[in-house]
Amino acid sequence: MSDLSIYIVGAAGEGIQTIGDVVSHAFLQMGIRVFTTKDYESRIRGGNSSYRIRANGPNAPRHSADVILSLNAHVAEHYSDAAEATCLRLGELSPDGEGSAIPFQALAKEHFDLPIYANAIAAGALGAVLGIPSDILSGVLRTRFSKLSAEALDRNLSALEIGMRAVADHPGLSDSLEPSDESHLLAGVHEVIPLAAAAVGCRFMAAYPMSPATGIMTAFAKDPELGVFVVQAEDEIAAINVSLGASAAGARAMTATSGGGFALMTEGVSLAGMTETPLVIVIAQRPGPATGLPTRTAQEDLNFAIYGGHGEFPRAVLAPSDPQEAVDLTRRAFDLAERFQMPVILLTDQFLADSHFSLQDLMIPKAAIASGLADPASIEAYQRYAFTEDGVSPRLALGQSDHLVRIDSDEHTEDGHITEDLAVTRPAMVEKRLEKLRRLQREMKLPTPYRTEDAETVLLSWGSTRGAVHEAVDRLRDQGERVGALHVAELWPLPTLTLPNSSSYWSVEGNATGQFSRLIETEWNLQLAGKIERYDGIPIDANAIIRALGTPHEEVDS
Amino acid sequence: MIPTETYRTQAENQWCPGCPNFGIQTALKRALGALDLPPHRVCLVSGIGQAAKTPHYVAAHVFNGLHGRGIPAAIGIQLANPELKTIVTSGDGCIYGEGGNHLLHAFRRNPDITVLVHDNQIYALTKGQGSPTTRRGEKTRMQFDGVKTDPAQMLATAIVHECPFVARGFAGDIPGLTAILQRAIAHRGLAFVDILQPCITWGNHPVDWYRERAVPIPDDHDVSDRSRAIDLALEAPDRFPIGVLYERESRPVFGEDHLIERQEKALFKLTTIERTVIESRVERMRISPAS
Repeated sequence: MSDLSIYIVGAAGEGIQTIGDVVSHAFLQMGIRVFTTKDYESRIRGGNSSYRIRANGPNAPRHSADVILSLNAHVAEHYSDAAEATCLRLGELSPDGEGSAIPFQALAKEHFDLPIYANAIAAGALGAVLGIPSDILSGVLRTRFSKLSAEALDRNLSALEIGMRAVADHPGLSDSLEPSDESHLLAGVHEVIPLAAAAVGCRFMAAYPMSPATGIMTAFAKDPELGVFVVQAEDEIAAINVSLGASAAGARAMTATSGGGFALMTEGVSLAGMTETPLVIVIAQRPGPATGLPTRTAQEDLNFAIYGGHGEFPRAVLAPSDPQEAVDLTRRAFDLAERFQMPVILLTDQFLADSHFSLQDLMIPKAAIASGLADPASIEAYQRYAFTEDGVSPRLALGQSDHLVRIDSDEHTEDGHITEDLAVTRPAMVEKRLEKLRRLQREMKLPTPYRTEDAETVLLSWGSTRGAVHEAVDRLRDQGERVGALHVAELWPLPTLTLPNSSSYWSVEGNATGQFSRLIETEWNLQLAGKIERYDGIPIDANAIIRALGTPHEEVDS
Repeated sequence: MIPTETYRTQAENQWCPGCPNFGIQTALKRALGALDLPPHRVCLVSGIGQAAKTPHYVAAHVFNGLHGRGIPAAIGIQLANPELKTIVTSGDGCIYGEGGNHLLHAFRRNPDITVLVHDNQIYALTKGQGSPTTRRGEKTRMQFDGVKTDPAQMLATAIVHECPFVARGFAGDIPGLTAILQRAIAHRGLAFVDILQPCITWGNHPVDWYRERAVPIPDDHDVSDRSRAIDLALEAPDRFPIGVLYERESRPVFGEDHLIERQEKALFKLTTIERTVIESRVERMRISPAS
């Protein structure tokens, strides 16, 4: 069987994470790939949340379930709309609820007098229904709970067995998943960005915690061997200014935030532009405006990433769609920041932050990217903003040598002093900064094509929508439709491109105003045939794209 | 001892003729000279305002950043290169107003930087609005019938938060200020100096008004006496006791444990981390079928 969608649903704090991790790791130990994602509310206890496992399918979201395991009756009701007609439902159900009622709480109380074991019982029940061998399930549980006392581990293992026995009479999946001997990496975008950053020589990060970006600073904090010093700043304004100070003094630096935090950072982004200081900024998007939906997903900050900050200066905006692209673009971001001496923004989102992808491999750069700092010995009289043909001045760090480095947020002379020379220096400095932008644009990479040969319809994606778009293309191709896709990972400045008018083009994105659509229509002089937009906080899936292709110019309703 | 001419720059000075900022500039050059700190061992950091132009007039590395954001930039610079002597030099509007939150958290963190506040009790560059330290009742070009708030008591706040070096200086007393700055810059940990700098263009009082109220702290003041130091600080805005109010052996300096652990002197040195570190993290993500 292919493409099995499992929802583990419960209230926050009830333990869906443990059950989901046990089942997804068990699948991987069977050589079956999984894509996992989560949806949850902005609260610590209660509410409705789900851990979703898509086994043997693409690395993309699917908003329907073949199996639903519920940890309480209320949440079972909440997610019942997701159930496919043949959905197996099990767990805590209301008396009139559809499915196999298994009282995890009551079983835990009966056997252990402690409700905490309900999780292991549920994992056992779900694993058995899915046809996962008991030795694999118990092995995964042993690894996960390796830090528990032997006694507590034993109780968890017997809870697992109680769960399996509770479904002994259950017919299980009609068509079970085929094991294989393939091994996979289970990787998340916000787990690999810190690894790639450390690998390419990032040494410094100052940030303020904000969902869904917090995982990046945490990754450095809990893994000192990565060698990145993390400052938890008092606010995002401090975060970007501390990072810029460190960068100006020669430490390769980054920061990370979400839209609201980036709003506080924008003056600092402009400072990076004016002072020509390299900095990588991750914006993990969530729906706005203002506080919006802190734990949901969106692609609403593309315009903000491109235009946020006063004045005119060069910057690059890149958006990964999966872990490998996140690694590649992290390297690219540090490289561009270093060479063009400017801010570079990496756009992710909550969906990417909370999803795990199965990969064959993950290629991380083998060495740090070269330092963009000049050799002080080769310079006679140093000027930080010396005019050059390409607009890039030799950069020395503060304190690097006895050449004094003057970095100034005011309009400045070549040697970094405040100037009001409007006749010569000001226009020349503007030209210098914009020359970097012109040269940057020539370096930006073209979109990546996917099955575009003979395509009559081409779907254009950016960032996290790529998985869903590719799935839609594959399914439509299976039906004989001539559909392909173009993925735009390097969004600003867009490279010059003329798309053949033999195809019709559709954009796919997670906002209501078509930010990406307008960008490509303007920059590429393109007339889109349709725009597929989703803005309810839920990631767009292939079903929605396929449905929308039948109804041009209409948004997807759910 | 480095002569003050060493710290001269080519930049055209934009201060009003006779501004007490010149006194601060002279004292700073003398203090750096007395400490044998050549320009390339010093980084001057500022925000925006007339005081924030100081780094352009004293030869050193310069980071003239955003209004209110001198302290965070200085913290980043100091962490990246602890061998640089990093000094923030900006005004009361910049450091107490726009950037007050950063100052408060700097007290908690104790970075190894010096913070000099040119406290003229007015917004001068924007032509005469009340600042966080303007006295209640004083009329300004914004508060036409008098300021209706009490001045910020940042020195006392610093002492409450155990900032390890807290002093008040007076721009009209260059030798006295030089001595204070010398001690502040030599201090390891956060050194915070509020410098009375009468504004001769927009201020409400002439320099002599300040001179009468800038009274030296008695010689027998015990700088480790926190309660007394707070009392002295709170004599403002009626009297301004001048000198070192509070000094204690420094608390751990922000970031030093990280460098000590890694046996490094600075973060700016580009080092490639061991390939195996990254590879092992990737391998941890791998899940293979049991053979």
